[in-house]
Amino acid sequence: MIRVQREDFDVGAELERLTAGDHRIGGVASFIGLVRDMGGSDQISALTLEHYPGMTERKLAEIEAEAHRRWPLDAALVIHRYGRLEPGDRIVLVAAASPHREAALAACHFLIDWLKTEAPFWKSEETPTGERWVEARAEDEAARERWTPPF
Amino acid sequence: MKLLYFSWLRARVGCAEEEVALPSQVRDVAGLLEWLRTRSDRHAEALRNLGLVRVAVNQDYVGPAHPIREDDEVALFPPVTGG
Repeated sequence: MIRVQREDFDVGAELERLTAGDHRIGGVASFIGLVRDMGGSDQISALTLEHYPGMTERKLAEIEAEAHRRWPLDAALVIHRYGRLEPGDRIVLVAAASPHREAALAACHFLIDWLKTEAPFWKSEETPTGERWVEARAEDEAARERWTPPF
Repeated sequence: MKLLYFSWLRARVGCAEEEVALPSQVRDVAGLLEWLRTRSDRHAEALRNLGLVRVAVNQDYVGPAHPIREDDEVALFPPVTGG
């Protein structure tokens, strides 16, 4: 399941809902992304996330479907927020549930790595010297490559 | 054709969206970007470094050789930074 929303989410309630009633599930792996208060050496007072409505949902659905193709998952979840967020706020929740931990952990890692390089979101940071757009990191591209077959 | 701009490309071009009539010689993404650069100084500046421009046609990532048509939705944006 995927969701793109402005409002916050309740991690416990979301994970509870993801596995409710499915007793084949033996493990759930999750990743939660938060707003940091530092960007390079600058203090960040807030972050604004912009996205491409329509394409965002489409890309997230493709990423989720790809995770299901690669691992025996019972359920997967991606929730990504947009709008203005402050340090400590949740940005993203990714979770994968499977009978065994290996698939859940690997799929969760894959989902966040692919999301970071595929889903059309952009961050701008508010710093003491003004607002600036966050630049893509080469490390994120390298992290995605790890999941490019054959692996 | 409907053109969408996001992130700093939107800021540099000066609009989020524009409707353009495609000249007949523009047949692919590379041709579109070349032509867009001639539309205004702002377009030229925004599209100066094409290494920083990603293109989606009808909400799918495409390369420079991808064909384009008048009824496509084309989005231009920098590398994504979500998550």
